[in-house]
Amino acid sequence: MERIYIFKRFERFWHWSQALLIILMMVTGFEIHGTYTLLGYGDASELHTSAAWALIALWVFAIFWHFTTGEWRQYIPTTENLVAMLRYYMSGIFTHAAHPFRLTQLRKHNPLQRLAYLGVKLMINPLIWLSGLAYLYYNEINAVGFGLELGVVALVHTIGAFLMLAFLVVHVYVITTGHTWSSHLKAMITGWEEIEDPQQGAKS
Amino acid sequence: MTTNRSIRRVPPWRGLVLAVALAGAALAGSGALAAGKASTADHGKFKELQQSFASGPEVTKACLICHTEAAKQVHSTKHWSWEFLNPATDQKLGKKNVINNFCISVPSNYPFCTSCHVGYGWKDANFDFTAEENVDCLVCHDTTGSYRKLPGLAGHPPYQDTEIPPGSGKFAKAVDLTKVAQKVGRTSRDTCGACHFFGGGGDGVKHGDMDSSLAAPDRELDVHMDATGLDFTCGTCHRTSSHDVPGSRYTPVARDTEGAHIPGRQDDSLPATCPACHGQAPHKGGGHAAKLNDHTDVVACQTCHIPQIARGGVATKMSWDWSTAGQMGPDGKPMLKKDEAGRVIYDSKKGDFVLGENVVPEYRWFNGEVTYTLLGDKVDKSEGVTRINRLGGSAEDGKSLIWPMKVFVGVQPYDPVNRTLVTPHTAGNDDTAYWKNFGWEKAIKTGMQVSGSAFSGQVDFVRTEMSWPITHMVAPKENAVRCGECHMKGGRLENIGGVYIPGRDANPLIDLFGWLMAGGALLGALVHGGLRIVRRNG
Repeated sequence: MERIYIFKRFERFWHWSQALLIILMMVTGFEIHGTYTLLGYGDASELHTSAAWALIALWVFAIFWHFTTGEWRQYIPTTENLVAMLRYYMSGIFTHAAHPFRLTQLRKHNPLQRLAYLGVKLMINPLIWLSGLAYLYYNEINAVGFGLELGVVALVHTIGAFLMLAFLVVHVYVITTGHTWSSHLKAMITGWEEIEDPQQGAKS
Repeated sequence: MTTNRSIRRVPPWRGLVLAVALAGAALAGSGALAAGKASTADHGKFKELQQSFASGPEVTKACLICHTEAAKQVHSTKHWSWEFLNPATDQKLGKKNVINNFCISVPSNYPFCTSCHVGYGWKDANFDFTAEENVDCLVCHDTTGSYRKLPGLAGHPPYQDTEIPPGSGKFAKAVDLTKVAQKVGRTSRDTCGACHFFGGGGDGVKHGDMDSSLAAPDRELDVHMDATGLDFTCGTCHRTSSHDVPGSRYTPVARDTEGAHIPGRQDDSLPATCPACHGQAPHKGGGHAAKLNDHTDVVACQTCHIPQIARGGVATKMSWDWSTAGQMGPDGKPMLKKDEAGRVIYDSKKGDFVLGENVVPEYRWFNGEVTYTLLGDKVDKSEGVTRINRLGGSAEDGKSLIWPMKVFVGVQPYDPVNRTLVTPHTAGNDDTAYWKNFGWEKAIKTGMQVSGSAFSGQVDFVRTEMSWPITHMVAPKENAVRCGECHMKGGRLENIGGVYIPGRDANPLIDLFGWLMAGGALLGALVHGGLRIVRRNG
């Protein structure tokens, strides 16, 4: 058994604050959408907006951190081991096969994670944020002559929300696919990930 | 709700109002009497007014000695002519010409209806509209609360003690014209309210957002008129220029796109709109306030800030069914039926009423264009509802906002052969007046003769609807309509089209795909995880 320090303090802080904010925005967002009534529309929309600003602030810091630490490289997509990873999730994981990916501090995401997170960062987030800001500044944007339709803005924002929800579901499940059911979760809390000794092969 | 009863209701209201106003003034040390203090003239010292007056016109002659242009100014207003030509539709409107679904129409009922005219003696079509002494100065400028005009007197006050209604044993005291004339002052909620609170034949009947509770309202009822707060009078917003009062039922400003008017800087005009004072971004601050300001391109201020109408304890009429009028009591005489609160819900003279308090308005796109169904316009009963007035407006025309409305429903007589609305002769002591003889044919024949319109002799009833844009009884901000009341399915704006309302509208296809995707992800995770557990144990 080996323990390596994967997630630095800022990363963990960033991850969990973001998780909290995104879940909060999901809960309030779908209320604004009219899916259910929980807090009341007014409170839900105010909370949603406040959380959005907090998340934007958090992200400004996170982007700064990623570039100053070079951690942004963790998201460079790669095809190396990609098929192996897919095969692992589709069959190997059921037969306790060896994990095809060897975690290091320089490569803390497997190629599937890289792709997924990159997708979130380059597609889902911008979709949500741009449409969200358009939602927020709808009148100002139209005042300068853009002719936005609120219905279209809302539609795009909703699509982004559903994509994020689907990501969240898969993401939460994939937490359980570590060395043990909870090892990934522990790593995200303590920073330390337990990894199997590659020499010993699969063992639960 | 008859005109007679409305008269009986006036004195207690007046007394109460005066008492409250005086108490308020005494407590606050200002208030109701402030207007009088601000005047630079004590009319009691004017020689012209130190005499006994035999009639209203005599008082007016005395007024005109100093206020030489006043009568001419009044002559040019709707308050005098009861006539208005809508330049947009070319329709000849005004009280004199329109038909409504309350008391229906003025012609043939002049002496009764004109108790709310700013003149003396309009008893029939021969009234001299050029006579200056026939302008009634006192009805608007009385400060004593003792001046009033009685139905049937064609706009005159009682000059001697008058039994009203005749045979009732109840007397209206003669008005002391000298006292009233010597104490004239600015208009007040009481003077405007003497007519406008009682439109449609009784307190609060017609408008729903104007009734006697506005004489001395608290903050909750009207944040501007709050008698112990801002204490606005009607004239604060409806600021007259040469006796002409801004604000119109016929050509209202539905969307005031200008900024706040600052007297003395840009111009001196003050349209009676909310933005005239509050501008286009009335909510101060960022965040939530900014989001509220975003709404002003779609929603009239009134829509959020008048959560209900008839909030002051005075019920407003919501429907009036004339077709059931004429049923007599067991004694063969006209009768009244009252609800638990003692409010008249049936009157042999008028039919059935539905009353409402704290009524949530209906909402419509409105651009300020109003078209009336006038006498002579064809009415099609098969349409189900005849619209007495049609309000223009849509989400797309760039001139409309979503406005609150009192939608008043009526069932009223019409001529099924000529297919027109009719103008029945209702009030009066003659043989054809409906309220005396209960015969529609005779009443309509007389009424239509006076209106100069054809009547086939047949009577049927048609369902009508009239929309009244709501603009008074502005609640304090903490009582404004909450976000969720519109931003939900089945909310206040459920039937408003042409605008995306978060919380109400969503694309069902996107929602379906979205939930399928998220649900599919969950299902996949569960199956995957389940398999892992099974394989591990197995």
